[in-house]
Amino acid sequence: MKRRHPVRRVVLSTAATVSGIVVLIGLKPTASTGGGAQAGGAAATGAGQRSGAAAPASASGASPKGVTVTVTVTGKTVQTKYGPVQVRLTFTGGRITAATALQHPTGNKISDKINAHAVPALDQETLTAQSATIAAVSGASYTSAGYKQSLQSAIDETRA
Amino acid sequence: MGTVFSFDVRGGGPAVREALGAAVASLHQADEVFSTYRPESQISRLARGELALADCDPEVRELRRRCEEAERRSGGWFSASYAGAGSFDPTGLVKGWAVERAARVLADAGADGVCLNGGGDVQLLGGDWKVGIADPLRPGQLAALVAAGAGTDLAVATSGPAERGCHIRDPRTGEPPATSLASFTVLCPRLTDADAWATAGYAMGDAARDWIEALPDAEAFAVTTTGALWYTTGFPRYAVGVRA
Repeated sequence: MKRRHPVRRVVLSTAATVSGIVVLIGLKPTASTGGGAQAGGAAATGAGQRSGAAAPASASGASPKGVTVTVTVTGKTVQTKYGPVQVRLTFTGGRITAATALQHPTGNKISDKINAHAVPALDQETLTAQSATIAAVSGASYTSAGYKQSLQSAIDETRA
Repeated sequence: MGTVFSFDVRGGGPAVREALGAAVASLHQADEVFSTYRPESQISRLARGELALADCDPEVRELRRRCEEAERRSGGWFSASYAGAGSFDPTGLVKGWAVERAARVLADAGADGVCLNGGGDVQLLGGDWKVGIADPLRPGQLAALVAAGAGTDLAVATSGPAERGCHIRDPRTGEPPATSLASFTVLCPRLTDADAWATAGYAMGDAARDWIEALPDAEAFAVTTTGALWYTTGFPRYAVGVRA
């Protein structure tokens, strides 16, 4: 059964783990929106829209046994000195599990430099070099003795 | 010593299969001429004064020239003659040079794509390859994954304490460098250059960042001893991803 929830302020914990897209934006909002709480760092906040799944008691994680609450919050657009920023966050069980920059500054030197550093995070399969698409590994140092244990040796075996 | 070379060659016909033999032979020949672990190599004999530079193979003079150029462009942080040793030791770039040369033998024979990894230094010629950069602090894991644009050439060379052992020296002191880098990886079109820049950059430590940023056509990716990552502003054009 679904219930409509009043729009609420969302206070973001800077200690929450963000997985998925890594976006480097270190900005302080210059204008705070009505009801907007802010954490020093990473995201726009405020009285945004929220959609939820299941029948949660609250977004902060207290939920009936066996129910995992997923809530998506879309922040209002915040004007910063670099340009507009709008972030959508997904909370699962009270922790941030996804973050998307719906709007982020572009077109000026600083923003472009920041955006140039936004490189995606590797998924688990790639991180452990088990993706079959990797042809070689640099830096996995080895002489003949160490080769057998090396990542390169594992790749050579699977691709041969 | 014993470096392991891994070949991945795509396309081309029988000429490429023959070229594989020639490429392997060229690697053995480079070892015979340049290995400082072989007392009878030309490099060793040169160091003992038993052989004059003019009497060495032409490659020896070419390597010497490459080393002098690398020394100039790195402000002396790449050095083929470090304090305490009076001789010419091209170890800092000879492996990259030899791998690049062997890869070109295959490409010239008609291979569409060549990926040659000589002990962690990789030359890509043509093709569409992905290359991982090992995480020096997490054995068995990658710190990053890079790719050249399809059909373009790219070299990836990494320096660090595990890989180079005692061959990296601060040219001012002759001692292993004080550094906050666990590994330093250079990406540029040619492996001879990448190998030299990786050697120099690792020796520089923190100063490497500004230096490699200013060096044209070269990008870098580094892991510090505390596990932090940094990379040059142009690195994302090669980067498929980095570890979180």
